[in-house]
Amino acid sequence: MIAADRPVQRPPTAKLLMVDNEGRFAHVPRDQFVDFLRPGDLVVANDAATLPASLHGVHVPSGDAVEVRLAGWPATAAGDVRHFDAVVFGAGDYHTRTEHRTLPPTLSIGDHLSLGPLSATVVGTLGHPRLVSLEFDGSVDEIWAGIARHGRPIQYAHIEEPLALWDVWTVVAGPPVAFEPPSAGFALSWATIERLHQRGVGFVTITLAAGISSTGDTELDRRLPLAEPYRIPEGTATAIAAAKLAGRRIVAIGTSVVRALEHAGGRDGFVRAGDGVATNRLDRRSHLAVVNSILTGTHEPGTSHHDLLAAFVTPETLARIDEELNAHEYLTHEFGDSLLIERISLAAERAETAETM
Amino acid sequence: MPQSEIPAPLEQTFSGLRALVTGGTSGLGLALVRTLAASGARVAFVARGRERVEHVAREIPGAHGIVGDVASKADIHPIALQAVGELGGLDILINNASDLGPTALALLGDTDCEDLERALATNLVGPFRLTKAVVGSLSASAREGRGAVVLNVSSDAAINAYPTWGAYSASKAGLHHLSRIWNEELASDGVRVLSVDPGDMDTPMHAQAVPDADPATLKRPEVAAHELLEQIAAALPKRSPAIVEAAPAMGDRA
Repeated sequence: MIAADRPVQRPPTAKLLMVDNEGRFAHVPRDQFVDFLRPGDLVVANDAATLPASLHGVHVPSGDAVEVRLAGWPATAAGDVRHFDAVVFGAGDYHTRTEHRTLPPTLSIGDHLSLGPLSATVVGTLGHPRLVSLEFDGSVDEIWAGIARHGRPIQYAHIEEPLALWDVWTVVAGPPVAFEPPSAGFALSWATIERLHQRGVGFVTITLAAGISSTGDTELDRRLPLAEPYRIPEGTATAIAAAKLAGRRIVAIGTSVVRALEHAGGRDGFVRAGDGVATNRLDRRSHLAVVNSILTGTHEPGTSHHDLLAAFVTPETLARIDEELNAHEYLTHEFGDSLLIERISLAAERAETAETM
Repeated sequence: MPQSEIPAPLEQTFSGLRALVTGGTSGLGLALVRTLAASGARVAFVARGRERVEHVAREIPGAHGIVGDVASKADIHPIALQAVGELGGLDILINNASDLGPTALALLGDTDCEDLERALATNLVGPFRLTKAVVGSLSASAREGRGAVVLNVSSDAAINAYPTWGAYSASKAGLHHLSRIWNEELASDGVRVLSVDPGDMDTPMHAQAVPDADPATLKRPEVAAHELLEQIAAALPKRSPAIVEAAPAMGDRA
């Protein structure tokens, strides 16, 4: 697929491939996705704001330049700005494709990193030369100020111009806990949310600290997604329970929402309010107990996001989707076009399975 | 205002709520930060001067000082990031920081364009940008039943035409109308946007505008702060005293 190389959240040309629960396709302008929702549906978005998680600086023992990408919270320190797991690159920046980035100098426990106004210590090595646990020095307010002033949004080589925080915060961005944007939410505007209200479609949010999506290193990428802390507000849990009871549909905005809701919902689909850490991997073998439909960006085969889509449709339909996106020149990556996928109906799944046997 | 003077209803309303005040190191802004903190709110405040910010943060234990200029586009998201990150969410935004325009005040024909632009940047565009950057947090609070309020500090100069107040008046008139429209647009999301004139107060800014005014005829900023908080309280949903604690930031309990 073609990479979307301009940081525009809602280009007027944005496209949507609609895939219904029998695997049928329709192409529409993306801002019409509300028309495909039914009164009573409940839309769930991820309201995490994105941290400026790329920090340039120096590995003090060697004097070498490094780029630190904050990548996730350690499971025991969710939301604690003093502690992060991080991916470290050698000299260079996002203009170089991640798979070509140099390794950092050897990182050992106790090494200091000087990152602009921030100073951090390596407190753990995580089985890969690029992956470490960091602890920042100073007060919590000093660390927030340092990250706010010195950090830049994580970005990749397909976008030439440097991203600003306003490029990566969705209109509903709230708690600054994500390391990369929950970019399916770029499709949301306040006008869209108003149209949801008018159409009788519910709108609620969860917060999931979306981790880094790619490191450029095959071995590390196999460990993605990292564990992601999340919060389900009371009102969201109540709205989901009411919708499930009434047989209405849950529409997730993005893979991060699916991950959080399915983790919180467990086997019975009863989503409890509160905090959790999503460690689940969703793929073709997964049974979705909560989510009925997903609005998502287009994803390349082989990524964990693409694997997740296989929980909604049969492998045959997913292959047809990939062909369709290519044939119609859909744009990919965070500022690209979108898909709205309804989970396949049991009848359609049985029919398709019977056909291919 | 000493803590003993905080009436019980304010404490009942603001205890545990999370508030951000701009221009929080002098005059009305400082009085708002003090009163909110004394009422049990968790407060972050913004001002340009690092020394003053650190001084006020030391003076008011628990208050989070943020150095930034609301007139600067590049400062807005760092301010929002720090405030929401440090407080774990946001229920109240008070856009209080103001710029008088030319000092001494001047007839419009004598007002430099740069002075008008600065007044607009601080009094109109800054509050617009900062509100946009935190409206996601505010609407999340509203969805959780906690309510959410933006209070924009206005002036009678937003309505009345006083000679020599042109730059300030035009910016405040813009802010007043922006508040009214945003209040309509966010009604269905549960976020209230208020525009309130605190009256003439004995503050450094008033002294700058009207150097020979008799302070005895002016309202004390503490009194104005109290009145503004009562207006915010009236715009928030009623809470039972049992649920005054803010939810901890994600992971606070870890």
